[in-house]
Parts: sequence; C-alpha cells; structure tokens
Amino acid sequence: MLSCERIIALVFALGLLIAGALSASAQNFDAALAGFTKDSYNDTDSAIGAVAASGNPLALDVIQALQDGRLLFSGDKVFIKDKAGATLDAATGKPAAAPADAANVRLNNRLRRSVEAALGGLTLMSNDPARRYEAAQAVFKSRDANALATLDAALARETDTRVKRALSEARAAVILYQPGAAENDKIAAIGSIKERADQDARGLLAGLPGGQSATVQKAAADAIASIDNRLALWNMVQNAWYGLSLGSVLLLAAIGLAITFGVMGVINMAHGEMVMLGAYVTFVVQEIIRARNPALFDYSLFIAVPLAFLFAGSVGILIERSVIRFLYGRPLETLLATWGISLILQQAVRTIFGPTNKEVGNPSWMSGAFELGGITVTYNRMWIIVFTLAVFAALLGLLRYTRLGLEMRAVTQNRQMAASMGIRTARIDALTFGLGSGIAGIAGVALSQIDNVSPNLGQGYIIDSFLVVVFGGVGNLWGTLVAALTLGVANKFLEPFAGAVLGKIAILVFIILFIQKRPRGLFALKGRAVEA
Amino acid sequence: MDARTTSALLYLDAVSVSFDGFKALNDLSLTVEAGEMRAIIGPNGAGKTTMMDVITGKTRPDKGDVYFDGSHDLTSLDETQIAELGIGRKFQKPTVFEMHTVEDNLRLALKDDRTARATLAWRETAAEQARIGEILGVIRLGPVRRRVAGSLSHGQKQWLEIGMLLAQDPKLLLVDEPVAGLTDVETHQTAELLREIARVKTVVVVEHDMTFVRELGVKVTCLHEGSVLAEGTIDQVSANERVVEVYLGR
Amino acid sequence: MTSSPLIRALDRSAVTFILVLVAIGVIVPLLNLALPPSSPWHVPTYLVALWGKYVCYALLALSIDLIWGYCGILSLGHGAFFALGGYAMGMYLMRQIGTRGVYADPIRPDFMVFLNWPELPVYWYGFQHFAYAALMVLLVPGLLAFVFGWFAFRSRVTGVYLSIITQALTYALMLGFFRNNFGFGGNNGLTDFKDILGFNVQAQPTRAALFAISVAALILGFLICRTIVASKLGMVLISIRDAESRTRFLGYRVENYKLFVFTLSACMAGVAGALYVPQVGIINPSEFAPGNSIEAVIWVAVGGRGTLIGAVLGAAVVNYGKTTFTSGLLAPYWLFVLGSLFVLVTLLLPRGIVGTVRHYRGAWRERRNAAHGRGAQAAPKPAE
Repeated sequence: MLSCERIIALVFALGLLIAGALSASAQNFDAALAGFTKDSYNDTDSAIGAVAASGNPLALDVIQALQDGRLLFSGDKVFIKDKAGATLDAATGKPAAAPADAANVRLNNRLRRSVEAALGGLTLMSNDPARRYEAAQAVFKSRDANALATLDAALARETDTRVKRALSEARAAVILYQPGAAENDKIAAIGSIKERADQDARGLLAGLPGGQSATVQKAAADAIASIDNRLALWNMVQNAWYGLSLGSVLLLAAIGLAITFGVMGVINMAHGEMVMLGAYVTFVVQEIIRARNPALFDYSLFIAVPLAFLFAGSVGILIERSVIRFLYGRPLETLLATWGISLILQQAVRTIFGPTNKEVGNPSWMSGAFELGGITVTYNRMWIIVFTLAVFAALLGLLRYTRLGLEMRAVTQNRQMAASMGIRTARIDALTFGLGSGIAGIAGVALSQIDNVSPNLGQGYIIDSFLVVVFGGVGNLWGTLVAALTLGVANKFLEPFAGAVLGKIAILVFIILFIQKRPRGLFALKGRAVEA
Repeated sequence: MDARTTSALLYLDAVSVSFDGFKALNDLSLTVEAGEMRAIIGPNGAGKTTMMDVITGKTRPDKGDVYFDGSHDLTSLDETQIAELGIGRKFQKPTVFEMHTVEDNLRLALKDDRTARATLAWRETAAEQARIGEILGVIRLGPVRRRVAGSLSHGQKQWLEIGMLLAQDPKLLLVDEPVAGLTDVETHQTAELLREIARVKTVVVVEHDMTFVRELGVKVTCLHEGSVLAEGTIDQVSANERVVEVYLGR
Repeated sequence: MTSSPLIRALDRSAVTFILVLVAIGVIVPLLNLALPPSSPWHVPTYLVALWGKYVCYALLALSIDLIWGYCGILSLGHGAFFALGGYAMGMYLMRQIGTRGVYADPIRPDFMVFLNWPELPVYWYGFQHFAYAALMVLLVPGLLAFVFGWFAFRSRVTGVYLSIITQALTYALMLGFFRNNFGFGGNNGLTDFKDILGFNVQAQPTRAALFAISVAALILGFLICRTIVASKLGMVLISIRDAESRTRFLGYRVENYKLFVFTLSACMAGVAGALYVPQVGIINPSEFAPGNSIEAVIWVAVGGRGTLIGAVLGAAVVNYGKTTFTSGLLAPYWLFVLGSLFVLVTLLLPRGIVGTVRHYRGAWRERRNAAHGRGAQAAPKPAE
C-alpha cells in the first residue's frame, strides 16, 4: 500500500493525458524511457506506466521487449533488441548499435504484473477486435488500476458489443478493487460482474479485499450466490452435454451389437474389432487422400463411411458364413469362437499396420469449438451425436420399412415359419450379421475422430457395448438408445464425485446389480417368446 | 392362509395373465378334486400351457387366486417350493436329462432330501433301488435302463418323463400333451398307464388328441381364449355348440 | 453305486491320473535337487518354476471345468478369483520383506512409503501371519463369489448374461486395482518378494518345494472335483447344465447348487493364484484382464470340458504351446495360433481332446459288445 498514493496520482495524470486527445509528445515518451536507465525496480515500474500512457506508437514494442527480456540500457539510452538479434534505438525505432556494456532491464514478479497490465492497456486500443477483447480479459484478471483511463477511452469509442461488454466488465473489476472508489460505483461494478457469471467473476468477488462497506459486502455476497447458482446450472448442462456425448459414443459402439446380439442372439466378441476395422479404413482412406489429392481431405469421412460399412460388413458376412452359422443355438461356443476371431483380427491389423497408434486427422469442419452460453461445444463431439442419431434413425427405418428388414424380423421371430414362407433364412442370417458388423464399421469411422486408432481400439468398447445392450433389453433398439444415453449421462455425473475410474466401476456395479433385478433389461420382451 | 378354504386339491379362481396386452388367461376358474383325473382340451392359444405355468410357479398371475390342497397359495411360491409341495409336471416337449442314463433320470426324480449337502453324501438304499426297478416296470423301460436318455425314441422319452413324475411321488400330476408324436399303439398304452396312475393320484392331462381323451373316459374341461368354455363328459363337451364353433370355426 | 462318495470317485482313470500327478510331483523336484546340473537328467530350476506355473494354471482350469463343464456356468471372470488369491499371498510376501525394502520401512511396503502413506491401511493388517493370509486366500475369492453368485443365481441370470457380467466384474476389479489409492501397489502390483515362511523364494529348494506343493494342491483339487462329480450332487449339476428348469420342477433348489460349486470353484482358483505368485515373483492388475479369464476357458475347451483330466491336460498343453511360441521367432504369430485354437476347437473338437478320445473309445466298445451279442449295456456316460 506504500505506492497507493503514487498510483492514484499517476492514474490521475494518465487520465488527463489520454483525455487530452492522446496528444502524447515525444518528450513524454523520452522522459518515460529514461526511467528504464536507472536500474531500479521502482523507477522501472513508473517507466512502464509512463511509456504505456505516452501513446507513442513504439510503446507497445518497448513493453513487449521488456517482457521478453529484450530491452537493454546503456548510459541514458534504451535499446530494443528485435527477435532477429538486431538492436534499435527505443526512442526513435531506428537501427542503432548498442554499446558493449548494454545490460538488460531487469524485472521481478511485481514488475511482470505491471508489464502485463501495461500490455493489456496498450492492446485495448488495437485495431483488431479479437485482440481488444483479449486485452480486456487480461485487464479483468489483472485489475490493474493504471488501465482505468485507457479502459474509459477504449469504452468511449468501442463499437463491438462483445468487446464493449468485456471492457465494461474489466472496468468494473478495476473499480471494485480500487480502494478509493465510491460505494455506488462499486455496487454498479458488482452488478456488471455478476452478469458475467463465470468462475473468474466469482473469484474476483470472493477475493474482494477487506474493509468494504456493509452494502458492498452484501451486494458481493448476493452476487456470489447468484453466480454460484448460474455456475451450478451451467455445470449441469455441461455434464449433461458430456454425458450425451459419451452416450452417443456408447450408442454408436453398441448399435451394431443391438443387431447381432439383440436381434439375432449371436454373441459376437469380435464386435469391437469390427469397430477397429472401420477406424483403420478411415486411416487408409486419409492416407490415400493425403498422397493423391490433399484437397479432398475435408471429404475423407464421407468417403470412409460407405467403405467402412462395406468392408466391416463383408468381414462380418465372412465370419458368419465360415464360423458362426455352425454354432447357432450354442451361445457359449459362439462367444469363445468369436473371441478367437477378435484375437486374430487384432493381430492381423498389428502385423499389417504395426502396434502403434495411427494418426487420423480431423477434417476442418470437425475441429474447433464454439461457446454456447456457459459451455464449450466441440464440433467433433457435436457431429458425432448428430451422426449417431442419423445412423440410429436409418437403422430403425431399414428394419421397419424395407423388405430386408421385414425378412430379418420374420427370421428372428420364427425361423421355421419364415423358411416355409420362402425366405432364404441362411441368406438373411448372413445379411443381418453383415449389417450389424457394417454398422460397427461406421462407428469406427466416427470413433477414429475422438479415440486413438490402434489394434486395441475395439477392446475398450466391447464390454461397455454388451452392457448397454443388456441394460436396454435385448432385441429392443429403443432400449439400446435409452440405455446408452442413460449410462453416458450417469457416468459423467458420477465423475465429479467419484473420479473417472471409480465412476466407471460404480456404473459397472450398478449394471451388475440391475441385471440381477431385471435380467431381461429395461425394456424386456414378455411372454412365451422369451422362453426359447 | 392357515385354514382350508376349499375342499378341492387344486383351486383356481378368476386367474388372469397377460403378455404385452395379450390375455393368455382371462378370469379362469377351475377346481380339481383330490383323486380326480381331469382332461383339459382347447384349441391352440386357449391358455392350457399358461395355466400349467401358473400352477407350477413359472408364471405369476396378474390377478386371481391359486390354492393347492386348500391351504397353499401357489402364487407366492416358486417352482422348487411348489414341486416340494407335491406337484409334478410333465412338459409339452419331453424334457429328460439327455446325458444321464434312464436309471439316473429316475434316481434324480425319486423323493429324497434335495439339499446339496445331502446329495453329496448320498448313497443309494435298497428301497430306492427297488422303487426304481418298479417304476421301470411300469413305464416299460427296464431293458434300456442303462442307456443314455438322449438315445431314447420320442415315445420312450415321453414315458420316461411320466416315470420321473411317478418317482417324485407327487399328490398332483400335471401332464402336458403326453401323446404328442406317439404312434397309435403307444397312445393306447399311455392312456392305460395314466388310468393306472390316476387310481392313486390326482392327474390333470392337457391334450389335443380327442381319441386319447375319449379313451381316458374322465371329466373334460374345454378352454378357449383363457377361460372355461365348457365342462362335462367328453360326449357332453363335444356336443356343446360353442365348443364345436370354436374348434371348427363356424 | 452304494459305496461312499470318495471311493466312487476313484475309478480307474482317476486313480491312474492321480498316480501320474504324484510321480510328477515327486520326480521333478528330485531331478532338480538331487542331480548335479551337468547330468542330462537334471531339471533346471527355471523349468521347475515354469512347470509350477502350469500346475497352477491347471488348478485354475479345473475350477473352471467344475462349473462350466458340469454345471454350465461359463464364467469369464475366473481370473479375478485367481488374482485375488494371488494378491492375498502377495500381501503376505510383501509384509515379509520388512526392512529389506528400498525404504527399509519395517511395516509399510515400499510403494506405501513412496506414496507417502503415513500408516498401513487396515485391510493390510494381519497379513504378516501366514495362516491369516492363507485363510484370506480362500475367504476373499470365496466371499466375492458367494455374494456375486447369491445375487446372480437367485435372480436367474444364466448363460451369456452371466458370462458378460462376470467379465464386467473382473474388468471393474482390474480398473480398481490399477489405481494407486486402492492400496495394492497400483500399476506395478506387488513384487520383489524375499522369503516365504522364512525360506528364500528364489532359492532352488524353495522352488522345488513350491512345485511339489502346487502338484499336491492340484491332486487335492482333482479329488474334490472328482468326488463331487461322482456323487449324486454331480448328477444334479449335469441336470442343471442340460435342463435347468426341469431340475427346478423336480424340486431341486438350483441356485443353491450353483452357489455351492461356484463358491468352491472360486476358492480353488484363489488357491491356484496364491501358489502362482511366489513362483512367478509378481502379481499385478493385468491378471484381472478379461482376456486372461477367457484364455483359461479355452484351456478347458481344448482339453475337453466335462472331463476333469481334460482341463488339467488342456492347461498344460496350451501353456506349453504358448511358452514355445512366444519365446522364439514365432512370437508375433502366437495370437493367430491362440485365436485359431478358439475357433477350431469350438467348431471341430467341441468335446476337446479327452472328450473325443473317450467318445470314440466308448463307441468302439459298444460296437465290440454288439458284435459279441452282449448288448449295449455298459456304454459309459460321456461326462465322466
């Protein structure tokens, strides 16, 4: 608090300076620069403020150089060493050789904060709105009183609403931490910060220095409570979003299994490997595109989806024809045989592509994120949810409205009757299994965007997928949907309390107990049909 | 339920069961007196097997009362407890233990201590051996007693299952389609066998085969859409217009 | 059929098999200890340890065969019971290290010192006593199996549903044991053992003794299984396997039977794990990996499920194959072999090695008897 008065004086001076239509003179700037030559922290500090306030076009370069340790002094001259190593005269910006005895202007932590604040203030005037916004955010965090004048000036001419809001929030933060500010101003400032309602705003209010008047304290406490409510709400929304995202991944992985296991009753332990194959198809497609026609990269996933479906589907049909069809009615044997197939497929991919993770890129429309209220939404997660729902709808439609779907349902309900109606049941079996596998392949394309593409990719999903199908009720696609989303959301809501691993264990234990209670899942079929 | 509420051995009152909206049993009421043999007929889907499932505890009714021996509420017991009370069941599809020999199938069915500990320390008594021999005689499977049950013909399996019912020594036998897939001679022999059993036991037979039911010569209950359509002698029932309608679809 | 269950258990093949096991249990340690390394008959200590590992695997296979081969319960989580038994033994061995550890803490194992745990967690108490640890080897897997089975069997979770949730069980345990704050050494597990009951675990005589003890445990396990299988209880188990609801309608309380064999089987797996740990010198969470449990199932399938001898044989054969393959140039192809084994055995050899041999021998006898006009009286049951 030693320098309080000095700062106030300085701020006052700066305010005058800037109010004077930024009529900074070269003398001011030179005088300010001289502060750097004293090799004393206090003088450097005031020099930073003075330079920042000078309005000289070189001010930003000087402060930036100071921050990077590129500001030298020798006698009464100050030099900037640019990034290439050449030296400039700080007063003129012209190249000038620095004497051999030139030393760095030293900084300590207190000064670094001043430097940051000064930089924030300087960029507040930048022509680029994004930089102005960032600068306002920086001031909001540093609450540097020196910046107040600049802030006011910036606010006066700001036109961009987003930046304007950030500026007034920053201004409110500064005022709130200014010991001498009027109570009314402080209350107004609290109101403005309350509107911001994020973690930073809360921290700002909670860290308010002591000695505030009762009204201010109450206003701050109320604001904190209100922010807490908003934060809790957004936290819920964020968790729900993450849960939805995880649920869609689970659904994507389980949806093919809902066909092979749920509809056909075949335990396919190699299901995860079908997903893995789909991911590798994506990898190969991208490699070819990179080598042949990089311009197509953004379309790589559209090419990979049908290919992955066809490839994984054909592998599925091959497995059905060569192994599974001999094992119908022997579920435990099917389980073991398909586990063997999964080992073979994993090792085959390991032999061909190597055991390490493969780089699968995100197309431009899948990368990045946008803010939605208080949450951040990444494009890849969002598109995966959309994609999953599209696949789900397509599958429902296929089963309900096509001839193939009709025949599939007929065969699974009453094989003999279907056969006697002239349906070639063997062909339907192979196609159904191929469909389930193909969908797993499609899932692989989507998962390649968010997971490591390695031969073990499928292993991570197989247990979860089975649990989703069992939890939802075998033979019920809607059950699978509800189960996947429920488990996803439940997992994400448990994580903050229990941690990721314990949350997962809790979910597993829950499902184990749930299956005991309702062995046929959430949406169980009833009646004689289930006795078979 | 400590006091007897009915003199009947088996008492079903207003029992309803529905599967996903389909009413398999609809207000079914039926009583079977001790010592009686009753034949249940009815077209497919009339609820015969579901009724068996309700009596043996496999299916829980949505509403209605099921009492055995006047004092046991079967709706609150599970399959094992009901079997221990003395209700034996032969399935529609013959289910015997295919990997066990004919003898062992009967041995497992013999009335005995059924706890795991008792079976571990179990030694066969002469009385048990004699009883098995006796049953083998009744079901005429003596010559194949050491064969694996899976290698028996369809008819022999039906009979083995009836033999297992006898070995259980139940008070009430539920016999579901005992002559399905049998030859005429076998059907005739089965009828004889069941009549013999009915002398000492209460028997409920579910059957499609009218010749067989006629041969049994007992009171007949005809089920339709989950409730009783007609009851009486076979001649009365087959003369009933509604029964004819149901069977012939007129 | 009127003799005591134990006598009934000892038919000719069982007696022969036990004699062979006894011979192995005596001869291998003798050849290792009594002969000088220069002798062509000398069995090197590393082989004793390796074979000891196979013997433990054989006991695990036996425990799986008891429930899968005879009762139709396909557990894909038996590795969990094996690992729990192993951890119980590992905890004893850790406590024996005492001040010889890197941090020389007399009470806390090294990893606790490393993680700055101020004191020993309560569940580590008592493990310095061998008897307590031995009790836990049986009790922990047994109790878990009992509680799990009590829920699962009462609510009639059967078939693949049971397989899937047993797999989920071992998966959940694996995730848990990988965590440092579970208090079992996290990722690294328990290792660097020094001695067992005062004998150096690395020493040649200890290794030979551990081998002999493992064989003895295997014989005991075989006898227990054989007694169960040959009793009326065994008949009920097979009935449950082949027609569960029929068994129930006969008045047998199926869930109690399942619970009994499942718990017993878990205890056997626990013992196998406990004997395994001092011989391989480490126990870590990867033992809980679902893949391990399924691999153990394939040993049983290869040897012949529903034939106890087959389970033991299968474990030995497959693991011998694994050692041969993974220690040479063929290492990358082992998973192809193992995978094909899963497929081919289920497709072409569903009875397994021993089951197939018995099947053909039985068929041959029947034909011969028929040729002699004596009738097909003594056809052996396909399942022991």
